[in-house]
Amino acid sequence: MTVHGRQGSTPPDLRQVRAYGDTLDDGAVQLSFSLPVPFGEEGKEAARQLVAKMGLEEAQVYHAADLGDGYSFYIVYARCRASVDYSAISVPKVSGERMSGKEVERFIRERIGRRITVLGACTGTDAHTVGIDAIMNMKGIHGEKGLESYKELRALNLGSQVSNEELVARALAENADALLVSQVVTQKDVHKVNLTHLIDLLEAEGLRDQLVVVAGGPRVSHELALELGYDAGFGPGTTAPDVASFIAQEIVARDLVERPPLGSLSG
Amino acid sequence: MTHRNAAHSKLGIPPEIFARCRVLAQTITTPIDAFVRERTTVAIERTLLRLIGVDGADADGRPYPNIAVEHLCAQGGLGYGILRPLVHAMVSFDLTPQEACEAIAAGEVTLDLHPTDPRDAEVQALAQRLADQALQRILQTREERARRMAAAAPMKDPLLYVIVATGNIYEDAVQARTAAIQGADVIAVIRSTGQSLLDFVPYGPTTEGFGGTYATQANFRIVREALDDVGAQLGRYIMLCNYCSGLCMPEIAAMGALERLDMMLNDALYGILFRDINPQRTLIDQSFSRRINALAGVIINTGEDNYLTTDDAVEATHTVLASQFVNEALALQAGLPPEQMGLGHAMEMDPQLRHGFLYELAQAQLVREAFPQHRLKFMPPTRHMTGNTFRGLVQDALFHLLGGWTEQGILLLGMHTEAMHTPHIADRKIALETAQMILSNTAGLGDELTFRPGGVLQSRASETMDKTLALLEETAQRGLWDMLAAGRFAAVARHPEGGRGLSGVARREATYLDTIDARLRRATGTPTTEGGAA
Repeated sequence: MTVHGRQGSTPPDLRQVRAYGDTLDDGAVQLSFSLPVPFGEEGKEAARQLVAKMGLEEAQVYHAADLGDGYSFYIVYARCRASVDYSAISVPKVSGERMSGKEVERFIRERIGRRITVLGACTGTDAHTVGIDAIMNMKGIHGEKGLESYKELRALNLGSQVSNEELVARALAENADALLVSQVVTQKDVHKVNLTHLIDLLEAEGLRDQLVVVAGGPRVSHELALELGYDAGFGPGTTAPDVASFIAQEIVARDLVERPPLGSLSG
Repeated sequence: MTHRNAAHSKLGIPPEIFARCRVLAQTITTPIDAFVRERTTVAIERTLLRLIGVDGADADGRPYPNIAVEHLCAQGGLGYGILRPLVHAMVSFDLTPQEACEAIAAGEVTLDLHPTDPRDAEVQALAQRLADQALQRILQTREERARRMAAAAPMKDPLLYVIVATGNIYEDAVQARTAAIQGADVIAVIRSTGQSLLDFVPYGPTTEGFGGTYATQANFRIVREALDDVGAQLGRYIMLCNYCSGLCMPEIAAMGALERLDMMLNDALYGILFRDINPQRTLIDQSFSRRINALAGVIINTGEDNYLTTDDAVEATHTVLASQFVNEALALQAGLPPEQMGLGHAMEMDPQLRHGFLYELAQAQLVREAFPQHRLKFMPPTRHMTGNTFRGLVQDALFHLLGGWTEQGILLLGMHTEAMHTPHIADRKIALETAQMILSNTAGLGDELTFRPGGVLQSRASETMDKTLALLEETAQRGLWDMLAAGRFAAVARHPEGGRGLSGVARREATYLDTIDARLRRATGTPTTEGGAA
């Protein structure tokens, strides 16, 4: 009998991490997918073969269902032998300390000494304001009040379907310190196109360096945001203090505390 | 439809309270109706053209109805209406409506806003004939639905409603067919984000869009044919739903009426609050749209469920109920019977909330009791869906349990992949399978259980009712425009002069020739407009 799994209270080898079901290194994974083939034995075999071609072993089709009109659904369990080196992983994270709302307010009073203007918007054709509202509006989310409740912030929520041009114009008019852009709709990567466009506009106007520009949304990661030219990206589970902490510290770190009125440098 | 005993309230709400809400809703909506009657919009004028058979687009993709109405506006004539000058041109040059519009597009015909020649009697007679034909086409489509439904298995409430949203109409048709086979009663084809702000309806089949594809007449027809075909195989009638909302609300209502859509999302308040469409524009458009929906036998779906996605779902439930009373009054003014009113509400409280299920139950039951004959549309959790599909399926299961228990009319089935992507083909199967199991397994639950007097459910409902009444009283006093401007619904403030589309509104001139709307008003039992040539 082959011996596998733990032989004592050995910890996992972080240089070779495999999926874990109930036995160390068993590589257990679950998949579900549909195929454009009729429900039946051939369909199940097709699902099994497909999973094998993914490099998974011991594929078991535990459930198959007829979706109608020549389509079928499968739930498959299998083993994945592949491993990753966890010890070598490095993921960019939003820098700075995460402060509470009160701490952010004190930080702004002591280190910045003036109110900060933050504009929030759901840009492009995106009409889903759930995210920007959760961060901006008084009510907030998960018991954390939104940026509107911060005395040291002037928080303006421009709402949905704001064009990038409109956002830049408002940033100038309001002499903004920071822009928060929410993108919920991500079909066909529309969010990336739209987010990139805003950065292009800001650069063309010579405003990019004078502003803290932050993206947020369910499919937005910090890494993606950096890639698109933003200062930070906030994903699901973000609350107002996360964003406020970053903006306040970034303004200090980038020496934007005594920045002249927005646009005055670019002529 | 079940005829529910409105006199018996499980929640202990006296019927006089609902009656008082209805009186207030009427007070709120009467001035809106008066306002609407005196006006028209670019969208309404384009709809008149569509109803008399104008279709298609020029080489640049500009729809002929838009070209003709823009021509009218360019001469400062929106308030004169398209019908009189267009029919005059038809009579003068012996053209069909389509030919006349194409001639305008080609610059061969200029509309005369003040025709004074003796052919006016002829113009009026032809405009009446065109109106008759337009109504006939709508009624024929309605009869076609009735014929097909009579030949199919009877449909039972709650209707199981799922969405398809691939962004490609041909893929949507595949997903719609399989959803029907899986047991769906209603298929809603989701349209592209942003279409509500387009002031024209794109032409032809479309294979692109964001979060859905465009609502076009060709797209309606493609999915209608797919559902008729699969329905015939299954011996069932499968309902088709799309949106008549946004800046082209009445045009899409007309397209839906002609292509036999069975349900349409139609809610001016939604457009005002969530799409920043000008309140005047969309309330005028809605009144006309709803008369078309009424005549076509289309069930409208209203969007109050959305209030709970921006406002607090625990504290704002009374705004949903108050808005439903207002929407009911607006729908009645347009001749929609209760069976065609899919008043919307939703289960959007945080599932971690202690007693949350009880509050949701109280609300769903309250809405049911307030609107006993209506096709209530109950919407599943979206706000607190997380990407944890296992948890999501349980949240949806609680929703399905509530929907069956409180006898909702239309259940929009939750997808366990909500908040991740538009539904995959198997997501719908899982939702339908789960919903069917729960509905059958818990059938009759509502009939068996009564609520403890003075318990959590009754107290919650009574508290919501008090707040609803107070909000309606305040709205009746201040007026709907003022309340919208003050941000009293969905916590969003909208000014009557703000938002998109106000430039497409005009007061009707004395010579405005109204044959179609007048006939619609007569056919839907809503009082006819003053003046005009009707």
